[in-house]
Amino acid sequence: MPSNDSSALSADHFVADLEETPIRAVDAIDESEKPRSSWNDAWDSMKRRPTFWIAAGLILVVVVVALFPGLFTSVDPRAAELTKSNQGGESGHLLGFTLQGADVFSRIIWGTRASLTVGLLATIIVTLVGIVIGSLAGFYGGWLDAIVSRIGDIFFAIPTVLGAIVLMSILPTRTPLTVALVLSVFAWPQIARVMRGSVLSARGSDYVTASAALGVSRFRILLRHVVPNAITPVIVVATVSLGTFIVAEATLSFLGIGLPPSTMSWGNDINAARTSLRVSPAPLFWPAAALSVTVLSFLLMGDVVRDALDPKARARR
Amino acid sequence: MTSETTTSPRAERTGEPGAPLLEIKGLKIGFKTQAGYVDAVRGVDITMRQGESLAIVGESGSGKSTTATSIIDLLPGTGQVTGGQILFDGKDLTKASAAEMQAIRGREIGYVPQDPMSNLNPVWSIGFQVEEAIRANGIATGKQAVRARAIEVLKEAGLGDADQRLKQFPHQFSGGMRQRVLIGIGLSSRPKLLIADEPTSALDVTVQRRILDHLESLTRDYGTSVLFITHDLGLAAERAEKLVVMYKGRVVESGPSKEILANPQHPYTKRLVAAAPSLASRRIQSTIEPASTADLGVTAAGSDDAELIARAHQREEAGKAAADYITVDSLSKTYRIRQGGFKTTELKAVDEVSFRIPKGTTMALVGESGSGKSTVAKLVLQLESITSGTVSIGGQNVGALRGKELFDFRRRVQPVFQDPYGSLDPMYSVGNTIAEPLATHGIGDRASRQARVRELLDQVSLPASTVNRYPNELSGGQRQRIAVARALALKPDVIVLDEAVSALDVLVQGQILDLLTDLQTELGLTYLFITHDLAVVRLIADNVAVMQKGRIVESGTTDDIFAQPSKQYTRELLEAIPGAHFEFGR
Repeated sequence: MPSNDSSALSADHFVADLEETPIRAVDAIDESEKPRSSWNDAWDSMKRRPTFWIAAGLILVVVVVALFPGLFTSVDPRAAELTKSNQGGESGHLLGFTLQGADVFSRIIWGTRASLTVGLLATIIVTLVGIVIGSLAGFYGGWLDAIVSRIGDIFFAIPTVLGAIVLMSILPTRTPLTVALVLSVFAWPQIARVMRGSVLSARGSDYVTASAALGVSRFRILLRHVVPNAITPVIVVATVSLGTFIVAEATLSFLGIGLPPSTMSWGNDINAARTSLRVSPAPLFWPAAALSVTVLSFLLMGDVVRDALDPKARARR
Repeated sequence: MTSETTTSPRAERTGEPGAPLLEIKGLKIGFKTQAGYVDAVRGVDITMRQGESLAIVGESGSGKSTTATSIIDLLPGTGQVTGGQILFDGKDLTKASAAEMQAIRGREIGYVPQDPMSNLNPVWSIGFQVEEAIRANGIATGKQAVRARAIEVLKEAGLGDADQRLKQFPHQFSGGMRQRVLIGIGLSSRPKLLIADEPTSALDVTVQRRILDHLESLTRDYGTSVLFITHDLGLAAERAEKLVVMYKGRVVESGPSKEILANPQHPYTKRLVAAAPSLASRRIQSTIEPASTADLGVTAAGSDDAELIARAHQREEAGKAAADYITVDSLSKTYRIRQGGFKTTELKAVDEVSFRIPKGTTMALVGESGSGKSTVAKLVLQLESITSGTVSIGGQNVGALRGKELFDFRRRVQPVFQDPYGSLDPMYSVGNTIAEPLATHGIGDRASRQARVRELLDQVSLPASTVNRYPNELSGGQRQRIAVARALALKPDVIVLDEAVSALDVLVQGQILDLLTDLQTELGLTYLFITHDLAVVRLIADNVAVMQKGRIVESGTTDDIFAQPSKQYTRELLEAIPGAHFEFGR
């Protein structure tokens, strides 16, 4: 340095006290901090939200009920005493009886499995199909994209319920699987669209170019770099759509073309209770409430997941 | 020199007594995060007088922009003033109501934002946006008067044909023109203070110079005080009479610009001044012995140690002797651009470009945006197909490579890109990112790859524990080190650096340039260095080619080009470097 003689400085030349403004090595890494992936970050932000715990708790309860309905009720949901038709609650049968005289609570518990199965199956099918088709269309573009996008548009144009009514009425068997499949046929374009858009933006990033310059094959780039970075919006949409599939199953069952009446489901029970709604609303109200709470918990979960995975929230520093 | 003459009338004014126009006392600003308040500004004092120009200098995260935006109460997100005072004309702005602030913003304090691309609303015409500002500040009323004033404002801002351009939209304006519009808006109500937050960082140097010259003459005419926020020490020295150096939310040094730069006192300021690239600096010479792994010391830019000069001569001699490793011959690239319907036009991005790079040397390709320099990089890397001409690397015609040959070629030529935030996959840990090239080319087994990753991290001076980290935890400079390590993994001969240090703070930039120089000496690498920044070229390149509109206008050794540029365009570029001829204390 030429001179460090501070007496030569002009009056308004201020120099901070060195003790108070220590300088650190340029660009040092804080080794004490725990390594964090963006999934860690997402988890950290989720677990701080009460909404997450409420939604997770409700979903857990619904799943356990679906798996082990016997744990929650010892009453046979199929045992019906016509003398108790539409009667109110009594000891051991808190929520009262259906038109046929079956226990409402027990039917709700046993109906959970069918409703949840349809929701889960449809979500899994739609997500897988949507991710595969959306990624291929978005990544490879060209004629593949053009064809797939137009096919998707065609399915978009058909109202899901209307299309499902037509398809369900020509199907020979009606099981949770077929209902899920039929719903998927009309719902995949939504996920595919989301995935395609997300892949399009990830495809142009520098890390993709960098991998290409390393000699990584196109397909491997898609698999290893593009899909993992493009998948978060799909997870959000999928979580939300799980709720809507459960509703759709109830709608179809209500219309009498979903699950057969022999299968216990909330939609069927709502349908059965419809005729005596004015006399006794309870047999309709309780399965509807179970449906709403389940769907709400998945929607809440979708909300929390979206907040946690939001790419804008992810840029931490 | 222009800065001498232009700043002198101001300098007379600074001596005048009187109350300061802006006085910031003990300002503290915090941002609310999930983990509580994080302090961004920790007790800042700044004093500005009427007609004075002051620059706040600091690296990203130093709190300079936060301080500036707090003056007009436009702190982003969850930011909040947690202590101190901002006295403007004797009034404490931290206590002003929202309505009072609104009256002050625009009318008394103008603001020129950083990014001209995103700060004009693309769906409204330029005229509408200027008129909006004029109406909001009550400068003129009545349709005719507002319109007339808008034209006047744009003319003052340097848009001669303002009356015709009023109806045009932002996308029809270049970056420089947009910034002129923003400056016009900022000055439209003749504010007492203009805050210019990195006003020209997004622009090419020659445009930057014209804009700053214009801004300077306008503010001098109106007697407006200007508060510059910048990361560029050269720009600060040239454009502001007073300097405030910020570091980690505090002022470490403040005072007259020239004095601070000539005689920096605080260690941080010293560091900053030493790292500032200028035309006076020399090429960085590695302190390590060629092909040895001894002492990985870091050299200061422009050090004139006798041994280093000797080594510089050595390099030069070696450069002359070395055979050309990369030969580019009348290389052209034409893009077809769809013009709506089925019509297409051709755009010649690269036009008959030829150059040679001897083995083990650095060649810089310099040009402003749109000059085609990055396209050349993509062609050399074979990420785009060549329209005509040849690129040959180590005697191999790159354009003709297919399949297996192309795959093997990728081992020898590796890129490092500009954006350190975009070039690493955020879902990949650092270890996986660096190991990817090894896995792709099937080199070694898992254990040996891990060992190689640790070795590479060491080569780029990062601790081995970085392996498990993710890009979002690292700073821009650290990410760029990772990108360099990934490029080195396959032991390439050539690295193409596309604006590899442009996004980094000056100290970090210096560090990366030192690292690149050391690696070149150690591993005998050949660099093709693409940049818009001539000051950086001086530090790293042996040879330079200047590109303009797809063509090379001038090329030669770095020393020759900087000492005697023969083309007008090169001279303009050199002249436009902020603080180019400024004497930095070293």
